This record gives sequence, C-alpha cells and structure tokens, in this order.
Amino acid sequence: MTAFWQDIISGVMIGSLYALIALGFVLIYKSSQVLNFAQGEVVMFGGFIAVALVASYSIALPIAFLLTLVCAGLIGLVIERGLLRPLIGKPLISIVMATIGLASVLRGLAPMLWGSSTKSFPDSFLNDNRPIDFLGVPVARISLWSFGFAVLFVVLFGLFFKFTRTGLAMQAVADDQQAAMSMGISVPRVFAWSWGIALVVAAIGGTILGNRQGVDISLATIGLKVFPVVILGGLDSITGAIVAGIAIGVIENLAGTYVDPHVGGGFKDVAPYVVMVIVLMIRPYGLFGSPEIERV
Amino acid sequence: MAETAPLLRLENVQVYYDRSVLALRGLSIGVPEGAIVALLGANGAGKSTTLKATSGLLRSEKGEVTEGSIEFAGQRIDRKDASAIVRLGIFQVMEGRRVFPHLTVDENLVAGGHTVRDRGTLERRKQDVYRLFPRLKERQGGRAGYLSGGEQQMLAIGRALMVAPRLLLLDEPSLGLSPLLAAEILTRVSEIRRDSGTTVLLVEQNARAALSIADYGYVMENGRAILSGTSAELRGNPDVQRTYLGVGGEAVSGAGGRKTVGVLG
Amino acid sequence: MIVTRTGQFKKSYAADAAIQRTNLQRIAFWGFVVAMFVLVPRVLSTVWINNVNQVLIAVVGVTGLNILLGYTGQISIGHGAFAGVGAFTMAVLNNRWHVPMLVGLPIGAAMAALLGLAVGIPSLRVKGLYLAVATLASQEILSWFFEHMEWLTKQKTSSVDVRAAWLHIPGILNHKFKTDTDLFYLFGVIAVVTVLATENLMRSRIGRAFVAIRDREIAAEIAGVNAFSYKLLAFTISAFIAGIAGGMQALLFSRAQITPSQFDINLSINWLAMNIIGGLGSVPGAIYGATFLVLLPIELRNWITSFRGSYRWLADHYSQIQDVLFGLIIIGFLIFEPDGLNAIWLRIRRFFTHWPFAA
Repeated sequence: MTAFWQDIISGVMIGSLYALIALGFVLIYKSSQVLNFAQGEVVMFGGFIAVALVASYSIALPIAFLLTLVCAGLIGLVIERGLLRPLIGKPLISIVMATIGLASVLRGLAPMLWGSSTKSFPDSFLNDNRPIDFLGVPVARISLWSFGFAVLFVVLFGLFFKFTRTGLAMQAVADDQQAAMSMGISVPRVFAWSWGIALVVAAIGGTILGNRQGVDISLATIGLKVFPVVILGGLDSITGAIVAGIAIGVIENLAGTYVDPHVGGGFKDVAPYVVMVIVLMIRPYGLFGSPEIERV
Repeated sequence: MAETAPLLRLENVQVYYDRSVLALRGLSIGVPEGAIVALLGANGAGKSTTLKATSGLLRSEKGEVTEGSIEFAGQRIDRKDASAIVRLGIFQVMEGRRVFPHLTVDENLVAGGHTVRDRGTLERRKQDVYRLFPRLKERQGGRAGYLSGGEQQMLAIGRALMVAPRLLLLDEPSLGLSPLLAAEILTRVSEIRRDSGTTVLLVEQNARAALSIADYGYVMENGRAILSGTSAELRGNPDVQRTYLGVGGEAVSGAGGRKTVGVLG
Repeated sequence: MIVTRTGQFKKSYAADAAIQRTNLQRIAFWGFVVAMFVLVPRVLSTVWINNVNQVLIAVVGVTGLNILLGYTGQISIGHGAFAGVGAFTMAVLNNRWHVPMLVGLPIGAAMAALLGLAVGIPSLRVKGLYLAVATLASQEILSWFFEHMEWLTKQKTSSVDVRAAWLHIPGILNHKFKTDTDLFYLFGVIAVVTVLATENLMRSRIGRAFVAIRDREIAAEIAGVNAFSYKLLAFTISAFIAGIAGGMQALLFSRAQITPSQFDINLSINWLAMNIIGGLGSVPGAIYGATFLVLLPIELRNWITSFRGSYRWLADHYSQIQDVLFGLIIIGFLIFEPDGLNAIWLRIRRFFTHWPFAA
C-alpha cells in the first residue's frame, strides 16, 4: 500500500506544479480567450532568467527570485502589447499560431542568450536534497515548496479577484468584453495585467522546475501537460486548474505504477492525454468550466 | 430647438462599418441639457450606431466616424476612446442589457463604477441605486445571469448611475419586456432625469412608450434624421402615427409602409 | 487567344467553374508542370532534387491539411500523426507481409483516413478550440503509440526499416525507385494529381459545403448541410492525403529508416505554419507556403553555417536562429499579411488585370 500512497503524495506534489502553470494559462484564457501555446516556453524562459541571475551573477536566491518575477511581468506586457494587441478580433487559428510562433521564438532565444547546456541552481533552501517526511512518505523539499506556492497563489488570486478594482475588471472583461468597455474599463490594460500575472506565475513554475531538474529547453515540454489539466479543470476556471493539476499529477503516477507493466512502459506519459480525450467526449467543459453560449 | 447650445451635438455624422457598410449618412441631431430626447425609427435605421458613435463603442465593432463631428459640452469626442468618454460623463446602457452574468448584482454595480476613484462615493451611489430599484437590493448577492429581463434592465441602468452621468444613452430599454415592465422602467428613467437632471438620449422601437416620457424626438431612417419635433408634435404627425404608432386607416406597416413617411429637412 | 481575365463572357456553368479560366492560365499551369518534369532532373543537382522532393511531400501534406483547416475551418494540430500512420503502415506491411511499397502507400493512406474519421467523431460534441485540443491529444497519443509498437513492427527499436519501392508490371516494366530522381517523378505525379483533385473537389458541392461550415456553421445547417457528416468527410479526406504525404516521406528514406520523431507535433506545427503563411483556403496557397517554408530553412542553413570569423557565432547557433526566425516569420505574417503569400500574389495579379488602363 505504500506504493499507492507514495503515488498519491508525490502526485499531489508534482500536480501542484502543473496547477501553478495551468493557473497562468487559465488567467490568459479567461480574460482574452487566447490559448497560450507558449506557456511551457514561458516557464522555461523564467527558469533561465532565474538560474542566470543566481548562477552567473551570484545574486542571492530570494532577490534573484523577485527580479525574475519582475522580468517575467515585463515580458508579459511586451507580449501583450506587441503580439496580442495587433491580433485582437482575428480568428482563432491566427491567435493559436501566434502563440505557437512565440513559443518558437522563446525556444530559440533562451539558448542563444544563455547557452544550451543544462544549468543547475546552486544548493539552497529550495532544493536541499534531504527529503522531508510527509505523512510517512519521503518527499523532496522542492516539492513541498511547489505545493506551498500553488496554495499561496490560489489564495492570492482569490483575494485579487474579489477585492481589487483590477480583479473585478478582469472578471468583467472575461464575461463580456464590449460591456466592460462601456463601463470605461480599458480592455487592453486588463489583457496586459493578465499576461503579466500569468508570466509571473509561469516564472515561479520555471524556477521550481529548474530546481528539480536543471534548466534547459526541455523544461518547455511541460507546456503540453497544461492542456490535459485545463481541459479536465475547465478552460476558464481557476479552481479547476488547481484541482485538475493535482488530479493529473496523481493519475500520472498511478498510471505509471499500475498500467505501465501491462503495456510495456511509458503509459505514464500518455495517460493525461487519454484522460483529456475522455473528458472531451463526456463533458467538454471540464469539471468547473462554463459552457460557451453560441449566438445565432 | 433649444436656444442654448445643446449638451450633445452630432453634426453631419457619417459612419462606416468595416470600411464598407454605410450606417449613418450625414446625421445631425442635438440634445439639450436636462432633456429626454427620443430617437425613433425602424430596425436598421442607425439608432444604435448613433449611440455607439457617441459613446466610443463603435471602434469595437469595426466602425468609424468618417465625416462630421460629435460634440459634448463643447468638446469634440468623436476621436476619443470609450474609457475617456465615460470619464467625461457619458454612459451607454447597451441593447440587450449586457449584464455580467457570472458576477453578482453588487459586483456588477461596482464594475459600473470602475471609473470612480473614491470608495465613499462609490458606496453612496450604490445605495442610491438600491433605493431606486429595491428589487435589486433583494437580489444583491445573486448572480446577475439569473435575474429576470426586467431586473437585468434595472441593473444595467443602475450600473450607469454609478458614475452619475451627465448624459445617459439608453439603447432599447424596453426590448423583450412586458408592456407593464417597460412602462415601469421608463418611468424610473423619467424620475432619474427629474431628480438628478441627467440628460437622456433614448433609442426605442416602441415609439409610443418613448414619446410618453420624452421632451423631444427624432425619427431616423436610412442613417439620417428625417423628422424632428417635440414629442407632442411627433405624436400628432400623421406619418409618425401611421408608421410608428400603429394608428390610422391603413394596416400597420410591414416593410412597405415606411415608404409613406415624407422626407423632411 | 484569351489572355486577360477581364471582359470575358462565360456561356456555360462548366466554363464558369473552370479551374483555369483563361488560355494563358492553362498554358502557364501545364507548361510549368511539363517544364518541371523535363528540366528538374536535367538541371538540378542531386541535392537540389532531394530538396524538391521534400517540397513535394510538404505540398501534398499541406494541401491535405488545407482541406480541413482552410476550407472547412477546423483546426487540426494532429496531421503529423496522420502522416505517420500512412508511413508506418506502408513500411510495416512491406517488412512483415511483403506488401509492395506502392500498394502499401494507398493502404497506409486509407489507414490514416480511418484514423482521421475517428478523430473527427468528437466534432459532433465539441467545436472550435476544444476540437483543436482534441486533435492535439490524438497527435500525442499516436506519437506515443509509434514509440511503443515494437510488438507490431517486430523491430528492435522504434525506428522502422524502409525498403525501396518497386513498380512491377509483368512483362512491361520493372523499375526500382532508387535515386532521388526516380522519386522525383513519382512524387511529382502524386503532387500534381493531388493538387488537381483537391482543386476539383473544392469547387464541387462538397467543397461548397465545407466552406459554408467554415463561414457560418449554423446557417449552413439551416440551409440543409449536415455539418457533422461533412466535417467527418473533411477529416477523412484530409487525413488520407496526409497519409499519402507520410508514405512519400517514408519513401524518401528508402533503404534507411523512419522514426516516430519525424511525425511528431513539430511536423503538425510546420504544416500549420505552411498553410497559414501560404494562405488558408486556397490550393495555390498551400503550394506557396510549402515551398517557402521548406526551401527557406535549407537555404538559410547553407548560408549561415558558412559564416566564419566574427560571424561564427551565428553559424554555431544556427538551429536556434532558425527557431527564432520561424516564430518571427509566422508572427509577421499573422500581423501584416494574414491571408498569406496567396494574397500577395493575388494583389500583384489584380494589378496586372487592368494594366495599363487602371494602375
């Protein structure tokens, strides 16, 4: 039974990282209806910035962390202004391809700026290798950090949306863009905010992921994992991103333990997509998503 | 019309959608301060377009003012964006209510007050709205998407009042409402004008209801104003009666009847 | 001889719906085709013939994708996998059951079509971006399957051997497609047939139904178009053609091997980019896009990797530069010329339609 609990606990831990990355994705989708195919590359880019600051410039981790977040936010603004704004109102395929193009640019830019070898974060409080005992299961310290951040951000997002003017404006824009405009809400500014925040969250994900497995372009592959998570959770649901992220993490692990032996291995990688297909067939809007209304 | 300069003046305004569809062809209207002015006409006459050109929402529908000018309190506003125009004191209540369905009634109102900086003012105005529309107060914490049509219309107007607008643009407030409800809504609008001096430009297909609260009116057809006068004059005009009020010997018009309205001015 | 498109008076429906409306167009098209078949093998080097082969494969693949994406408006991020199905089916049939390659090619395409049909079934319930995500899932699942099918291929790794194709008509012909030139003739024929067939299909009732679904599905339904069955048809045909392209891709590796990574999501994305940059919803557009995005990286690589001295850094980082440029080109087209190369060409042609009477 220990293997089972091991799967659950570590699934929750890695799943919280998925959730974090999915949070940014959902934020962008909720406010601007953009499917960000570059989410993984953004995570990777954030990781690169963080590790460059820490390893190459020897800046203390907490400060480097904050600087990374600032950079990520700025990059989000640039992307919104330079890429998304010119494409407002264009068809879905254009927006999808635009983020795919962005992904390609980031994937090429990062190694050009910082080299393609895998970089490691120096040992710190984040990635201290001694595992911690969590309910009888040894868990890597970094996993607890990712879990902690995920929880923190759920709370922060909730507060942000409930109690701030901008948060309310974002929800309004997500509901009805034109009506929001008629209230005097600046839709481009809302987009900018959502991209900025989304990238900040992605950068945190990148830093954590980078601490787990070193920083190189392979970090970007987590971007594909985002899709099963947000489909399961609901494309526009913050709660859904969290729940589904953890669920996918757990399902992955369980699939690896219980299904892999029967299919010759590797099922763990494809399990999330199978889940995604099932969800799309039964309940396309996911656990918490809201259905689209098609007007004739 | 009035002797003093109107609060809102559209002069020879031409509007194109998508660079290809001509929606307004040389529209000129004036709205005096403190008045309720009705904009009448059949579907497609350009009434909504007129409001959107004023409030700056035209751009979000790929429309643009290509000729003429729109002045508000002496200032040119046809080049400004919606956000700036709201801050100047113009607020449009869009056709179909367009409340934010996933936000609560309360949150909708707060969203309406987005451009208002002072929290105290925001709170005070919100309470004023609840006083004006007690039914909204009852449904305060509920999601706006579940409100009835009439309640949503009240909410939409309530949102507008959060900025204490100088000019309120109402697009078909009676749409989809029962005659009783429509009358109630319009009465409220009249009260708003009476109590706060808010100027109102009211677009309505329901001409009778509109003229019952309006001081003046314009009749639009094919993108320009073809008739104007006080509401008494318009009500008495036989063409208006036949085409828009359903009164008169001939059957109430379908598409054909409109041709009998004379082109004036 | 009718040269210009102005001032023409069509006297029959057939004439009006013709693919090539003027004699000039007809001459230009067939002249180009003939010239291609005659000149390419004589004039170009082997390396370049190989490049042309790659272009032809992309032309077929993107033409297939265009049917689904450009004409029917359904986003598919999974066409690389369909190509893979075509390729692997053909190779495995040949390896294990000695089915001749050229027979296996259409069978592989039919397999791909079957899968395309399967992937299209969700379109009954999901639309738009949800369908796009479903195709993404199908791509990833199929990619995984390609990596884990040693039990089927009976090979030691996920790579699959590909033997050369034979054209064997007893008594008449016994030709082995060994060289790039051989393949060129085969690919050329396949490409021309595919392009003409697609163009033909798109101007038929079926093509009109596709476009109706793309433009306003609900209105199409009201007008009597069964959107679901036409979408299935679009998926099926589109996947079939992708399967052919996959088979061609495999043949390009005759006497070598094909690997699953050749048919992964990157292929899907490349074809999407080619389709968009070339111009959605037009058959020539697919051709322009395929040519542009196959030849440009090749030329660019040749040019940049020859840098020395102070520009050496660029040569060393070539693949990253390619990634960045790829992204920038896509973004550039989306912002500045969303209707692609085809729109540019049409603008030029329109200018000359009335020239010199109306500049």
